[in-house]
Amino acid sequence: MTDVPAVVPAKPDTSGRSQWWDVWDQFKTHKGALFGAAVFLFIVLAVTIGPLLWPLEPTYIDIRSRNIGPSMAHPFGTDQLGRDILARMMAGGQVSIAVGLTAMLISVVLGAFIGVVAGFFRRLDGFLMGLTNLFLALPLLPLLLVMVMLFRETLARSFGPEMGTFILIVSAIGITSWMQTARIVRGEVLALKEREFVLAARSIGTPSRRMIIRHILPNVLSPIMVSATLGIATAIITESALSFLGLGFPPDFPTWGRLLFDAIDYLQQYPERVFWPGLAISLTVLSVNYIGDGLRDALDPRIRGR
Amino acid sequence: MADVQPGTEAKAQAPLVKVRDLKMYFPIHSGLFRTHTGNIKAVDGISFDIMPGETLGLVGESGCGKSTVGRAILRLYDLTGGTVEINGFEIAHVDRDSLRSKRPMMQMIFQDPQASLNPRMTVASIIGEPLDEHMKLTANERLARIYELMDWVGLNREFAKRYPHEFSGGQRQRIGIARALALNPKFIVCDEPIAALDVSIQAQVVNLLEELQNRLNLTYLFISHDLSMVRHIADRVAVMYLGRIVEIASREKLFAEPLHPYTQALLSAVPEPDPESERNRRPIVLQGDVPSPANPPKGCNFSTRCPKVMDVCRQIEPGVYDFGEGRQVACHLYSESMTTTAEPTAGERTN
Repeated sequence: MTDVPAVVPAKPDTSGRSQWWDVWDQFKTHKGALFGAAVFLFIVLAVTIGPLLWPLEPTYIDIRSRNIGPSMAHPFGTDQLGRDILARMMAGGQVSIAVGLTAMLISVVLGAFIGVVAGFFRRLDGFLMGLTNLFLALPLLPLLLVMVMLFRETLARSFGPEMGTFILIVSAIGITSWMQTARIVRGEVLALKEREFVLAARSIGTPSRRMIIRHILPNVLSPIMVSATLGIATAIITESALSFLGLGFPPDFPTWGRLLFDAIDYLQQYPERVFWPGLAISLTVLSVNYIGDGLRDALDPRIRGR
Repeated sequence: MADVQPGTEAKAQAPLVKVRDLKMYFPIHSGLFRTHTGNIKAVDGISFDIMPGETLGLVGESGCGKSTVGRAILRLYDLTGGTVEINGFEIAHVDRDSLRSKRPMMQMIFQDPQASLNPRMTVASIIGEPLDEHMKLTANERLARIYELMDWVGLNREFAKRYPHEFSGGQRQRIGIARALALNPKFIVCDEPIAALDVSIQAQVVNLLEELQNRLNLTYLFISHDLSMVRHIADRVAVMYLGRIVEIASREKLFAEPLHPYTQALLSAVPEPDPESERNRRPIVLQGDVPSPANPPKGCNFSTRCPKVMDVCRQIEPGVYDFGEGRQVACHLYSESMTTTAEPTAGERTN
C-alpha cells in the first residue's frame, strides 16, 4: 500500500475546448429550447427588419380603408382609423420586447442581488427582507402613478419624450417586480450556505465576494433563470396595463399591450384584432420560457452530458 | 503501513496545535422577540495538544461536539471562549485578514464528499481554488500543481475537466483530500472523512491518509465514531462526551485499559471479529439518553448514565486527573489516588 497509486501516463485533456461548447451541445439536445430560440429569433427579426421592408407606416391614417379584414394589401387588416395592423404590430413589437427584456433584466439583477446579500449576510437579512415585504405590501398601480407624475417631465426633457417614457416605464416595472426573485433566491442561498463546500471555501480563506461569485451564484442560477423568463411576460403585460391607463407611452404610439387594449373595444365586431397582439405576446413569452428551460439544463453539469 | 511512532523524530518538540479551554456555545433565541434564552453548549471547555506528525483521534457518540471542535479549531465558527494556537500563532481571536494569511497551514477534509464539492465546478477548478486564493501562479504552474496533487491522491489526470457528480464516493473524497493538500498545510482536520464511504473504500482512503502523512509529515485531528478505524490510524485518542473530553490517552493504553466509565462502555460496544470472543463479550449497556447540551446536568456530565455514579458526581464537576505519559481522565473515581493538574500535557514527548 505504500507505493504511489498507479498513474495512467499523463494524457490530460488538452483539447482547448471551452465548456461553453458543452453547454451549446446540451442546449441543442433540448428540442423545446431550440424551437423556442427559433421562434424568438423570428419574432425579433420580424420586428427589427420587418419595418424596413414593409412599405406602410404604423401611424399613417387612411380613413377610407378603415376596419377592413385581412387582405393582400393589409395581411392583418386595418384598425378603426385605417392604420395597417401589421405595421403597428411590428413597431409595437420593438417597444414591447425592449421593455420586456430591459425590465426583466433590472428586476432580476435587483432581486438576485438583494436575495443573495440577504441570504448570505445574516446581519442585513432582517432589513432587506423587511424592505422586500414593504415593497410587496405597496399597492403597485398608485405607486407607478406617482412615479410617472413625478418623473415623466424631467425624463422627457433630458431624453426626449419616447426615450424618457421608455426609461421611466422600464425602471418603474423593474423596481416593482424584483421581490419574488429576491425571496426565492434568499431561500436558496440560506440552504446553500450550510452546504459543506461553502464551509470548505471558508476554510481556504475565500473572501465573501468571491465566495458569492464562485459558489453561491452559479448554484442559484436555476431559480433566477425561471423568474427571469417569467419576468419578461409580466413586464410586457404590466407595460400594456400602464399604457391602457394612459400612464405609459402616448396613445398613438403602438405597443403590443396598447394594440390589445385598443382591440378590446371592437371585440364583438372584429375579434381577430385581439388575436394578433395576444398571439405575439404569448409566443414571445412561451419561446423565452423554453429558452430559459433549455439554458438552465445546459448550464447544470449534472444534467449536461446525459 | 508504518505508523508514525511518537517520540522518534523529535524529543522536546513544541506542540503544533495547542487548544486551551475551548468553548463553543450556540445561542438559543426563543419567544416573540427572539430573546436570548440560553446556550447550546456544544463544546464546553476542552484542552489538548497535538504534536507535529501525530494523529489525535477524537471519538464520541453523535452530537457530543466532535465536529464542532474540528470546525472551531479552524475558526470556521467564532469561538465563545478559549484559545487555539497552531504552529505558534494564536488564531482564536485574530481579525479576518491575518487569519486569512494563516489559512494555508490548516485545512479540513469533510465528511460528506458529495456535499463538500461544488457541483458546478470542475475537478481542476476545485483543487485549484486554494491556489488561486493564496498563490500567484501562472496558468501552467497552476495546472502542473493540480496534476501533481491529483497524482498524490491517485486520481487520473484525465479527470481534471470532469465534474464531481461523475465520480464515485471514494474518488470524490480523494478530490477533497487533494484540495486540502494544495497549500502544503501542516495540520489537517479530518472530520469523519470515511463515515460516508462504503466499507471497502474506507480502507483505501485511510491508507491514502496515512501514506500522505508519512510523505508530507502531516498532523491530523481525526474525528470519527468508528473506534476500530481510530485504533488503526491514531497515535493518541481523546474521548468526548457532551462537549467535554472525558479521557485522553495513547492508543495502546486507552484500548488496553480504559479508565473512565464512559470509555469502558464505549469500548465494550465494539464488536469482536472473532466469533468465539464475540460470544463472550459483555457490553456495558448505558441507560437513558444523552442529556441536552442546552441543559447539561449538574456536576459530572456523565452522572445521569454512569454505572459507577457516586453522590459527589452529581454535585461537583470532576477535575482532570493525570496518570502520567499524557494520560488524563476526568472522573471522581480517581480523585483519591491522584491530584488534579492545571495544565494538560501532550503525551510522553513533553514530559
